[in-house]
Amino acid sequence: MSLPDSKNNALTTMSLKRKTLELLKKREQVILGGGEKAMQKQAALGKMNARERILALLDKDTFHEYDMFIEHDARDFGMDKKSMPGDGVVTGTGKIMGKPICIYAQDFTVAGGSLGLMHARKITKIMDHAMKMRVPIIGINDSGGARVQEGVNSLAGYGEIFYRNTMASGVIPQISVILGPCAGGAVYSPALTDFVFVVNNISKMFITGPEVIKTVLGEEISMEELGGAKVHSVITGNAHFYAESELESFAQIKKLVSLIPWNNSRKALAFPPKNPNKEYKIENIVPSDPKEPYDVRDVIKSLVDEDSFLEVQELWAANIVVGFGRMNGDTVAFVANQPLVLAGVLDVDSSDKAGRFIRYCDAFNIPIVTLVDLPGYLPGVDQEHAGVIRHGAKILYAYSEATVPKISVILRKAYGGGYIAMNSRHLNADFVFAWPTAEIAVMGPEGAANIIFRKEIMEAADPVAMREEKIQEYKEKFANPYVAAAKGYVDSVIEPKETKKFIMHAIEVSSNKTEFRPAKKHGIPPF
Amino acid sequence: MMMDEEMKTLEIDGAIYKTRLTPQYEKRKEWIEIDPGKVYAYIPGTIIDIKVKEGDKVKKGDVIILLEAMKMRNKVMSPTNGTIKMINVALNQVVAKNVLLIEIQQDSFSVS
Repeated sequence: MSLPDSKNNALTTMSLKRKTLELLKKREQVILGGGEKAMQKQAALGKMNARERILALLDKDTFHEYDMFIEHDARDFGMDKKSMPGDGVVTGTGKIMGKPICIYAQDFTVAGGSLGLMHARKITKIMDHAMKMRVPIIGINDSGGARVQEGVNSLAGYGEIFYRNTMASGVIPQISVILGPCAGGAVYSPALTDFVFVVNNISKMFITGPEVIKTVLGEEISMEELGGAKVHSVITGNAHFYAESELESFAQIKKLVSLIPWNNSRKALAFPPKNPNKEYKIENIVPSDPKEPYDVRDVIKSLVDEDSFLEVQELWAANIVVGFGRMNGDTVAFVANQPLVLAGVLDVDSSDKAGRFIRYCDAFNIPIVTLVDLPGYLPGVDQEHAGVIRHGAKILYAYSEATVPKISVILRKAYGGGYIAMNSRHLNADFVFAWPTAEIAVMGPEGAANIIFRKEIMEAADPVAMREEKIQEYKEKFANPYVAAAKGYVDSVIEPKETKKFIMHAIEVSSNKTEFRPAKKHGIPPF
Repeated sequence: MMMDEEMKTLEIDGAIYKTRLTPQYEKRKEWIEIDPGKVYAYIPGTIIDIKVKEGDKVKKGDVIILLEAMKMRNKVMSPTNGTIKMINVALNQVVAKNVLLIEIQQDSFSVS
């Protein structure tokens, strides 16, 4: 082998330089997206562009982009003459808190972020990568919908994404961020993922847009009122996290990601232990009168490391609180009845919300702490007709099915079906603790007295006084934790201030929990 | 003691709880008994044919209206035996869901 002479060497360097410049120029072209004008339009809507969003979300200098030079091969309707930089989606890998993730962001400046076959293939490629590498996938949605010129090919693209969402479900965390329109078939990818983030005035999700609704039904409604961030956070429950700005949304994503494991065979990252916020003293939060409300989130905050609690679906079905927090540095999930809203009852929406959350925690090895204080299921024709039987069954199914450590603390009321549903011993809870204020009974004293002592009350000279007397009698005999404790349904009656100690110990001794379920392809939960 | 302007009461099993309500709960519809003589649009669409006139006798299952919706000509059938009392819509009218289309005077002996 002879060394190249200096002339040749110089030529090589020249040509490498030229080719490198060419590459940089090509990249620059792609990064321009739909061009300056489209970029300005995007900014005028208060929206970042696709690459800015990725850079704002990921650790500094960690984003690596792939498939920049992908091109569509559509021919019809003049598409053969149209170039679409990156085919309207940016994909790549990067890091959050030093840990690897896969990400894609649709670029609305390129043909409205419309989804064609190659656009979808870029997404499915990065999804496949996330699955192989067992890392979370984050999808930023900002798209006008299917690229109609590509016809059935764009439908194929959606379908291939949905299939992968389903395969990845329960294996790697899947996060959807809605930062623009997400309409028609496009909504179903977020719907199949674990967590959906929305931003006020920017996110819009619907199957059928306002225009079609107006033509077909004559109903006039704005996009915001039909499928804006608030609608999906408060009314439909489709969204899990609501933010006022894109940056706030990214901060929420980072907090969530800090609390969940990277995949279903890992545990969440351990953080240095912190004390709970001193403002919340567990023994001062819960009034002893079971009819007085309080905010159960204060109880959670008195148990978790300061500032670690992250509530999921805060604005929807607020009668149950679900979320993640850290106790002495480790992630724990909370499911808690919220007496502040609808007296903390279970109903169609709260059962749905808790059921899904419990299944998430079970899939991703997160111990569940359940705080119980509820009068039961919500009565009413609307609930019955809305299917509270099958929806209510979701929470029973989810708790029974879960094999992660399951710990319950009964703070006050635990009546009837609600008692059974809230991770009772009977659904195979690992530990059930009760405060001395707990009332574990088949129903509340008022209702029970009316049934059991009906005759005595009716025949009494003073029925009102007799009813009051019988309610008191029932309360003393049955509305306490000791009847259930006598049967072993409650493991320990504990002082409120011992709660954290008991929970921590229960989690610690459950760290090797092994529980098998009968072999089956899968169960048939009441979806 | 928590008290704010949003605090309402909710009765469950004879006990009255102080609590806030959800928008869903406050917007819930009261149940009303179904009148078998009243035919409502079960889907929004366009009236493309009205097969009956006021005063016509109809039998349960007779097609009384064609309602085009979702690219289908949907047959709206009489839910009961009776006489057409009132037709509330016109040909080619676009109707929303749950609009009253036709009222039927049920035959007194009819068991619908």
